[in-house]
Amino acid sequence: MDQLLQHLLNALILGGTYALLGIGLTLIFGIMRVVNFTHGELYALGAYIVYFFAMVLGVNFFLALVVAVLIGIAVGGLIELVLLRRLRDASIDTTMLVMIGAWIVMQNSEQLAWSGVAKSIVPPFPQEPLVLGPVSVSWTRVFVFVVAALLIVGTHLLIQRTRLGKAMRATFQDRDTAALMGVNINAVYTAAFALGSGLAAAAGALLGPVFVVTPTMGNLAALKAFAIVILGGLGNIKGATAGGFILAFAEEIGAGYVSSGYRDAMGFLLIIIVLLFRPTGLFARAERVG
Amino acid sequence: MMNLLRWLWLAFLLSVPLWLGDQYYLHILITTGIFTIAAMSLNLLLGFTGQLSLGHVAFFGIGAYTSALLSLGFDLELTDGYTFVLAPKPVWFAFLCGVLVAGFFGWVIGKISFKVRGAYFVIVTISFAEVVRLVALNWVDLTEGPMALSNVPPFTLAVPGLWEQALYRKAPNYYLMLAIAILSYLIIRRLVLSRTGRAMIALRENEPLATSVGIDVTRYLVLAAVVSAAMAGAAGGLYAHYVRIVDPDVFLFIYTVTMVIMVITGGKGTLAGPIVGGLIFGILPVLLRTIAEPEAQWIIYGVFMIGIVYFLPDGIVPAVRGWVEGLQGGRPTPEPAALTGAPAAERKAD
Amino acid sequence: MSGDGETALSMEDITVHFGGLVAVSDMTFTVNEGEVVGLIGPNGAGKTTAFNVITGFLRPTRGDIRYRGQRLNGLRPHEVAEMGLVRTFQKTSVFHANTVLDNILIGLHRRGRATVWQTLLALPSVRAEEQRLEHEAWEILDFVGIGRRAKELGGALPYGEQRLLEVAVALAAKPSLLLLDEPVSGMNPSETSSFMRLLDKVRARDITVLLVEHDMRMVMGVSDRVIVLNHGRIIAEGPPGEIQKDPEVIRAYLGAGVRHA
Repeated sequence: MDQLLQHLLNALILGGTYALLGIGLTLIFGIMRVVNFTHGELYALGAYIVYFFAMVLGVNFFLALVVAVLIGIAVGGLIELVLLRRLRDASIDTTMLVMIGAWIVMQNSEQLAWSGVAKSIVPPFPQEPLVLGPVSVSWTRVFVFVVAALLIVGTHLLIQRTRLGKAMRATFQDRDTAALMGVNINAVYTAAFALGSGLAAAAGALLGPVFVVTPTMGNLAALKAFAIVILGGLGNIKGATAGGFILAFAEEIGAGYVSSGYRDAMGFLLIIIVLLFRPTGLFARAERVG
Repeated sequence: MMNLLRWLWLAFLLSVPLWLGDQYYLHILITTGIFTIAAMSLNLLLGFTGQLSLGHVAFFGIGAYTSALLSLGFDLELTDGYTFVLAPKPVWFAFLCGVLVAGFFGWVIGKISFKVRGAYFVIVTISFAEVVRLVALNWVDLTEGPMALSNVPPFTLAVPGLWEQALYRKAPNYYLMLAIAILSYLIIRRLVLSRTGRAMIALRENEPLATSVGIDVTRYLVLAAVVSAAMAGAAGGLYAHYVRIVDPDVFLFIYTVTMVIMVITGGKGTLAGPIVGGLIFGILPVLLRTIAEPEAQWIIYGVFMIGIVYFLPDGIVPAVRGWVEGLQGGRPTPEPAALTGAPAAERKAD
Repeated sequence: MSGDGETALSMEDITVHFGGLVAVSDMTFTVNEGEVVGLIGPNGAGKTTAFNVITGFLRPTRGDIRYRGQRLNGLRPHEVAEMGLVRTFQKTSVFHANTVLDNILIGLHRRGRATVWQTLLALPSVRAEEQRLEHEAWEILDFVGIGRRAKELGGALPYGEQRLLEVAVALAAKPSLLLLDEPVSGMNPSETSSFMRLLDKVRARDITVLLVEHDMRMVMGVSDRVIVLNHGRIIAEGPPGEIQKDPEVIRAYLGAGVRHA
């Protein structure tokens, strides 16, 4: 029973960051219909930025986190502007291939810059874990959860309450009508990609200190992000949030009670099963942003 | 004219081991050839039938593992008390099984592709490949996991009872690869330049119109997937018995990406495309070996692929063809895909 | 003219709901062998929906569709085509990136029987069949009148000829009932007249025709019978002469901007 509680707590914390990943991708995938292969790379980039600033340059850890997110936003916007804007009306194959190309360039650049050796980030929290009765959790993970939760809420608010959010929702529903109504589609797309990438970078920055930082860490993250998006339904932020937690729970329970090796397979199996039986996601009713 | 070029090319290919002394380069050609077979198979599904299948490496790996496991023999403890034992099988038999098992999974994917479309299908296929990789990695009892299956027996030429020759050396493996490559090419060519091929292209180009004239979309999707997967499985089997070590890295997404790059840059939906792409991306790493690290090479490939998509979206082969026809003067006759009156024209030329 | 009066297609109480929207309700009509029946009505009346239901692109919420006694409900589009019902599409639908000849060859799919194994083994029967199919393709191209475009890309044809290509592809599938969805929309009067002559030729081959059109002169000129839809319901049915004078029909069309005879 204690084991179970521990698993659930771990899942809760992991789920928060997974939700960030998923929300970021569902924004991009949902609004722009781009199979964004660079999403995992932004995740890795977030982690590497924190490593570079906090560990190599000795900058304050929290500041490094902020920098990571900002750089993530900038890179995302850049990718959209430089690579995707020309392909606005191209077929899905074309954008997919360009994204694959970008993914290759990004990952190998990271490999060149940092080599394949795993790097670790030491966060400025006390090492002894916080003990809450039968379960224990490290301070780092508590911090991660709190920040993730704040970012999730913040993103929800942005989508629901701001003009930009409204523009995004309109574009998601019907791009042409939104354009006719005066929505600047170019700006929305860039913003969506930038925001989504920023969230991925945030997830990476937060999980970097929890796990280690490697150049290939983005690959699994990207696939899990897709699993979450599919679970939650395209463009459905609440669905992606829920999906993130569902995936984390499935992984923790699967790893704990079935086999830890297949932990990562959980996400993929979920994708396949969900797509076979409910192609529009678990939260089928809402295929909308928000 | 085209026929003469083809025969010359074939003669050249056949002659290579006779004059290429360097075993390393021969090795490169063999692995390039194996990958090109896989690329051709991907082209059938991605290029001709228009299915965004990004899990292709799964079929390659399944073919490799099945063939390797059957030729090595294995025992599997199914329950406490019962162990399933399989004695090693002859390599040709194991190879065929690899093809069949890969084809079976192709059938599964084909069936799924009809229900799950577009971007979702991409994700399903990638996930499928990842699941297979994780199974190969973790089911250590069967696959040895990361310790890999080693000492996989090579192909053997045999006249039953009289003489047997295991193909350890590179030259015979080269010819074996070439034989399978030519066979694969012929299979694809015949399929594509036929009623079956027309149906596949039709469903790629305009699915509602295709169904309205009686083309059963599922049937042809599944057919393309099965043939494509079986062919990739054959490439995998070749790989297993040539390199003679099979580990879960054979399922890495990067290899699917390699195949995709080969097909796209060469020209998807053309017969020559994957061959051109295969040669470029098989040989380029060797040329660049001395001046750039692998990561830097990949960056170049990534940029190259983006460039192709922007500037030569149909790939190199159609671009070259257009240029050649332009040179020959007059209006360039349209040559989309392998279709386009090619059956009619070739019948008349024969 | 109207064939032997035998029922070819019968629609009974066909109703189609999209969520809360009723596209078609309680539609009942028949088409007899050899007839040319025109389906008219203002935009949104449910004409293309009816086509989609008949040809299997859409499932009716209720009702029965039969062709020569066989139930069509639930059949997939290619199965409906196998039964001899072939349709064209409202928005011009050809294989843009293939030559005109290849377009027809694709349309001739049903006329081929070569199996995959036969193809792979390159049996002589396959080659013979390909030659036969090509021969048939040329026949159809000449029948429709676009033979000289054979080597051009489908998408490169001028609009009027693209629409002819559409019909040619449909004819290649050897229909016994041809469903034409706004075949002359966008055509100028001389193209429309040519098309009407083509329809005469089609009808002479004992092909039953059901067509949806807005061009009144054309519809009234070729149809044996006309069915009028409005808001998903049939409001009138009968020979063209009667329909043109029907007050209900005229009322339904007020403000719909239709070209009259």
